Amino acid sequence: MIYRSRVISLSAALMLVLTGVVAAQVFEAREFKDPENAQRYQTLINELRCLVCQNQNLADSNASLAADLRQLTYDMILDGKSDEEIIEFMVERYGDFVLYRPPLKPTTLMLWIGPLLLLVLGIWLLLRQLRRRSASPVENDALSADERARLERLLRDDEARSDPLRSD
Amino acid sequence: MRRFATPLGIFILLVVLLGVGLTLDPRRVPSPLIGKPIPAFELSTVRDPEQRFSQDDLSGRVSLLNVWATWCIPCREEHPVLVGIARRGEAVLYGLNYKDDLNEARAWLDKLGDPYEMSGFDRDGRAGIDLGVYGVPETFIIDAEGKILYKHIGPINDKIWREDLYPLVQQAEEKLK
Repeated sequence: MIYRSRVISLSAALMLVLTGVVAAQVFEAREFKDPENAQRYQTLINELRCLVCQNQNLADSNASLAADLRQLTYDMILDGKSDEEIIEFMVERYGDFVLYRPPLKPTTLMLWIGPLLLLVLGIWLLLRQLRRRSASPVENDALSADERARLERLLRDDEARSDPLRSD
Repeated sequence: MRRFATPLGIFILLVVLLGVGLTLDPRRVPSPLIGKPIPAFELSTVRDPEQRFSQDDLSGRVSLLNVWATWCIPCREEHPVLVGIARRGEAVLYGLNYKDDLNEARAWLDKLGDPYEMSGFDRDGRAGIDLGVYGVPETFIIDAEGKILYKHIGPINDKIWREDLYPLVQQAEEKLK
């Protein structure tokens, strides 16, 4: 048993390591003279969405459009474009959806404050429930007349059965 | 009964919200280019490497710009619909052949029919990026001033053409008169 659980934990560890390798794969080797630009490139392709796969960013997607957009991002950085200019380039073509961190504006308001609203609602419901419970003592612990009669009957039967000296 | 009212209410609300969510297609991302002039491009055409095709060809009358490729499977399904539209003279069609092989693109048009006035040959997909193309086939309706009126993502079938796109084309043509 010990042997088996060790095998399981070992293979789990191996799986974790392997998925780590997959997640960190790089599609193209990019060379930057300036390490700061390498960092900017990484940040940008991690924050821009691939519209073909929708739930992947440019860094993780092997779609051909994602490869093209990584190339463009790389070229624009080498051209000396700022992060804002590169993001504007993408938004002009693909809309806010291309950003994993959408800007705060009327159409995205619910996206930003929705979770907060739900949290406040949840806390309010919880507090209300707790207050109500502590205000009114538990109502149903008193037995009805029927239940009391049944309880007595059960107790009596029990006594009768557990008394070995009693004979009928 | 009353203590079931709140969970039931929340449940019904969720069902309605999720139900509405199911009817929406997450692949239809609204294009920020709607209402704006078509971005500038200059390409050779599938038929003739000497011929130029640019945004200027798309103004002067209402037209459709259809993004297609021979590797795109839904395009094959859509193609006969486009051929029908051109044959009936319902709209002027231009093509943007996106990241394709020139010989295969020519063979496709020869075999399946050519509904396009001309098809720009976008070998590296750069014109496609400027148009915000992300799911071929896509079709833009462009008005006489060269402004993008509408973008349809995915293949056009007869029903979509009759009900959604053709009325918009007719409306835009109506305005010119």
